[in-house]
Amino acid sequence: MDAATKSEASGLHSSLRYKFIALVGNEYVRAATAADAVAGVRPKLVIEPGTETELAEVLRLSNEAGLAVIPRGGGTKLGWGNRPARADLILSTARLTGIIEHAWADLTVSVEAGCTIQRLQETLAEHGQRLALDPLWPEKASVGGVLSTNDSGALRLRFGALRDLIIGVTLALPDGTLASSGGKVVKNVAGYDLPKLATGALGTLGVINRAVFRLHPLPRNTRSFSVSAANAGETERFVLAVQNSKLAHTFLQSHFSSDASPISDILFEGTEAGLTAQEGQLRNLAAPASVAEASKSRWSAREELWSLADPGTTAVAKISMLPGDLARMMGRVEHAAQLHPLRWRALVYATGLGWIRLEGQPAALRGALELLRVEMETHGGSLSVLHRPEKMAEFDAWGNAGDALRLMKAVKQRLDPKNTLNPGRFVGGI
Amino acid sequence: MNPMEARILDELRAVVDGRGLISSPEELHTYECDGLTNFRVMPRAVLLPNSTEEVQAVVRICNRERIPFVARGSGTGLSGGALPVENGIVISLARMNRILEVDYPNARVVVEPGVINLDVTERVSPQDYFYAPDPSSQSICSIGGNVAENSGGAHCLKYGFTTTHVLGLEVVLPDGSLVHFGGKTLDAPGYDLAGVFVGSEGTLGVATKIILRIVKRPECVRTLLAAFPSTNEAGAAVSDIIAAGMLPAAIEMMDNLAIQAAEAAVHANYPNCGGLLLVELDGPVAEVEALMSDVDEICRSNGASEIRLAQSDAERALVWKGRKAAFAAMGRISPNYIVQDGVIPRTALPRVMSEITRLSQEAGVRVANVFHAGDGNLHPLVLYDRRISGQEEAAEALSSRILELCIEAGGSITGEHGVGEDKKKMMSKMFAEPDLATMQRVRCAFDPLQLSNPTKVFPTPRLCGEKPGEYVAHPAETAGIAERF
Repeated sequence: MDAATKSEASGLHSSLRYKFIALVGNEYVRAATAADAVAGVRPKLVIEPGTETELAEVLRLSNEAGLAVIPRGGGTKLGWGNRPARADLILSTARLTGIIEHAWADLTVSVEAGCTIQRLQETLAEHGQRLALDPLWPEKASVGGVLSTNDSGALRLRFGALRDLIIGVTLALPDGTLASSGGKVVKNVAGYDLPKLATGALGTLGVINRAVFRLHPLPRNTRSFSVSAANAGETERFVLAVQNSKLAHTFLQSHFSSDASPISDILFEGTEAGLTAQEGQLRNLAAPASVAEASKSRWSAREELWSLADPGTTAVAKISMLPGDLARMMGRVEHAAQLHPLRWRALVYATGLGWIRLEGQPAALRGALELLRVEMETHGGSLSVLHRPEKMAEFDAWGNAGDALRLMKAVKQRLDPKNTLNPGRFVGGI
Repeated sequence: MNPMEARILDELRAVVDGRGLISSPEELHTYECDGLTNFRVMPRAVLLPNSTEEVQAVVRICNRERIPFVARGSGTGLSGGALPVENGIVISLARMNRILEVDYPNARVVVEPGVINLDVTERVSPQDYFYAPDPSSQSICSIGGNVAENSGGAHCLKYGFTTTHVLGLEVVLPDGSLVHFGGKTLDAPGYDLAGVFVGSEGTLGVATKIILRIVKRPECVRTLLAAFPSTNEAGAAVSDIIAAGMLPAAIEMMDNLAIQAAEAAVHANYPNCGGLLLVELDGPVAEVEALMSDVDEICRSNGASEIRLAQSDAERALVWKGRKAAFAAMGRISPNYIVQDGVIPRTALPRVMSEITRLSQEAGVRVANVFHAGDGNLHPLVLYDRRISGQEEAAEALSSRILELCIEAGGSITGEHGVGEDKKKMMSKMFAEPDLATMQRVRCAFDPLQLSNPTKVFPTPRLCGEKPGEYVAHPAETAGIAERF
């Protein structure tokens, strides 16, 4: 521990630190280091509780003492969101890693928030099952973090988002309440659907301690193909034609960039007979464009987009548009990139969700992001900036939350009245 | 009626242009209950607004005058969700029944809440799309009611529930303000309030516009009927189908009593057996045919005595007609019956079934069973004769006991009918106090005055403190009839 850290950590009232140590043990309360910084803000302490009850109690004590708490899972997406208004303590779920129950015959799993996605998938695969989700960095990303950031990839087209996969949640609220909602069965309408409220809330309402998911079988066989197009207009026509067809594809994603013409990838899962028939249908539908077997690297397209050669000159944003606006929006991205000027690439799913990476000087990035946010919002979509260079001027990560913002603030006020959890990081200053 | 009420009625009447207000006792009787007829409350008035603005104006008056209101769709709900509350009004959305927009390229439809579920599918079928949630009442129930209840149906095993298909909502909050949740695009910034609103049973506000997702019809649909000696063998077949990695569009099960009733009502030509399984697969022809032969084999290896594949659309429709008419068909074999709705983990089926049989024999009350077997959603129909002294009480006790069995098995007290008035007392058996208190906090954010369907879903009435922890006691609190949260 360096001198500065020591003095910051000792800034916390010593009796409170004793309480934390008494609760979770000396080795699980430590001073934060530079590596624990959250969007440039360095907290004082890192605490790793060993049980749900310990976590709830640490949270309650912190809340009572007026400390700002940043929940953390694998830490892979800790930079998503605005800079915290305050950050005193990192509440880590690193020790809550249990897979509580894999009821494989019922296609459900109950898992603690700190379990990594990869370990969860490995366990589920023992019974030929999966959580039908392809989030970023599964080897490190935790269940709680993926839920809080609502991270989803290409599989969402077929299996839905986390909101469609989560069936139960246990939350620790700032006042120490441990509350469950939903349950262990897929079909259940008793009480409010708080699993959906916690999903994508960026840990601002409560800390997810455990979740229950519905599962899907692993596919018997898969085949995937890539289809090239001359331009975005052709790509859009192809995507809409596939969506309007009888094909039962699992995912459909399109790549665009400043350097190459667009390519779409499509994945099928099923029996060999079914795959052969669908391959034929796809070839007919895509003609005269040629259909090639897709390379394996296509699976990691989103992680590739996120592998930043120089974080100081790169911005990454999540975009949401209507599928029918694909060509128009890609045209806008191209236009913004010429104007500012920037290099860019984009990955857009048939759901209308996508990712763009822009590379250039911070001022140019900012100009392009501003312009593109307006374009997206004007057409009913959104743009969230999830990585920007430190040197780029302040830029709201989320954009317009619409006329429900007042209600969102009221929900926040009811669950976290002292603004303890992730203060200032979410939409509209929440 | 006192003068204040007359003044309010006049004001409400003006909002809905006179013709949209019902206040004569004989007409109000239509609205005193929903599909659950054993609870009845007369509302003070029924309002039939014709636009979002009219809904807002009505709700603003309710807010100002502290009048509780209950939104109502087609009134087909089976848990008393649309039951009026004492001294309250009913807002019927029946006149707001326009399909506002159909967007095929993006597979979205925008509707008003009074639109009938099946009308959405009928509207988009020329382009070969459908609206997936299909509650048995789909030919009469409204989308607004489906949103309130998060309705399911036989095909939600594969396609998901109402909440999966609602992308955005326009909502009048209980203070009369208008807000929008979600939208035509996905992942709008902020909390997933559409996710919270769907299934909140009218307790968080009134939906006035709904953005739905529609689905392309699969290349083919195949429906198989398999007759088993009992529900145990049929249940084992279901487990094997799931274990084989298949996700059928629907798996339905009926026991002998349910089969008899359905036969008597619609002559679905079901085989007479102890446990009937209906398995539907859909998708590309080659895929479905390959999987259907696996299903056939699984059924045979679990002792199916007869297996039939529906050979035509007409045959398929008849098979479904029998299943969807099963509740109403009970009238053929029993003068009175209770429709129950509980969920268990699928694997608990044999244990729970044998316990239901034991309890039924013990109580001398017959139980017919219809299940969405794929997802463990049970619909036991408890049959009784009100004219025989003690039977109604015995039936009600048995019906409640079945729900306790569901909770004990790790399931739920409702899979699709909702909590409403009927099951609010069961909520504290399924959830702990902090769980319910947390839901209540969310409710208070939406409806601090507790005017929107205030007496439903939760077991004890509570008030919302404006600031948690700092409050002045409400008279109802000091009188001991409500507790504050």
